[in-house]
Amino acid sequence: MSTLWEGHDVGDVIVTGSIELTRDSLVRYAGASGDFNPIHYRDDVARSVGLEGVLAHGMLTMGLAVGPVTEWLGDRGFVAGYQVRFTKPVYVPAEGSVSVSVSVSLAKTDDPAEGFATLALAVTTEGGATVLGKALVVVSPR
Amino acid sequence: MSVNPELLDIVFDPTEPYVVGREKVREFASAVFATAPIHHDVDVAIAAGYEDVVAPPTFPIVIQEKTLQQLLTQPGAGIDFSRVVHGDQKFEYQRPLVAGDEVVATLRVTKIQSLGGHTMVTSESTITTTAGELVVVATSTLVIRGEGG
Repeated sequence: MSTLWEGHDVGDVIVTGSIELTRDSLVRYAGASGDFNPIHYRDDVARSVGLEGVLAHGMLTMGLAVGPVTEWLGDRGFVAGYQVRFTKPVYVPAEGSVSVSVSVSLAKTDDPAEGFATLALAVTTEGGATVLGKALVVVSPR
Repeated sequence: MSVNPELLDIVFDPTEPYVVGREKVREFASAVFATAPIHHDVDVAIAAGYEDVVAPPTFPIVIQEKTLQQLLTQPGAGIDFSRVVHGDQKFEYQRPLVAGDEVVATLRVTKIQSLGGHTMVTSESTITTTAGELVVVATSTLVIRGEGG
């Protein structure tokens, strides 16, 4: 029986992705998630609490970062664990977009149980800033 | 205002039952750029062995959020909402949520820690079906920034 990580060694990048976030993306996520905190759509409110301006919902960044994993996994398995630390805000300009890149590497195999794998996510904005720390996904065979 | 240490180990009442809707799954999936057909196409989901479209991994935040509101609005909790920042987030799944699931969530405060003028409150929201099947445990650490920070 083949493993979920067939063809990859620990340390290999197994899949990557890149998403362009705009203000439209934030409005769409606010509606879908029910998180209507105005720091995600009003610069004046964001600045009044010491931020540079409107920023993406942390949970939007967490949500989009796991997309390449589920695409890669298909129906061979499912995500059994996912954790992140929110390290830096993702500021989204009123005009144009900000690019968020995701690189997924194989961190551990047969962990935390036989057939499972732990994947490490590197999530950065176009300036190279890491926006999610300790970002780990556990995938389980089905 | 400071966080009430007596919150530790408090278990809140389960939330009202939440029915995971097919269109909500599709809407949420689109919002997080989750393009995999299993989140959108019922036939693909059924062919993969699920009852209906599969919610993306962070979908449980929608349900967990209802428990976090209980925590933040608890009288005497001492949590100043305007100073709250999301620090860490974790999900541990038994299986993915699927459209049609009817679930409730129960929050317990597991850790309160002070560090450099800030207070970190960690809570665990256990999401089960109304039939009692454990689906996912969602853990959040909220950082309540100190008055100086």
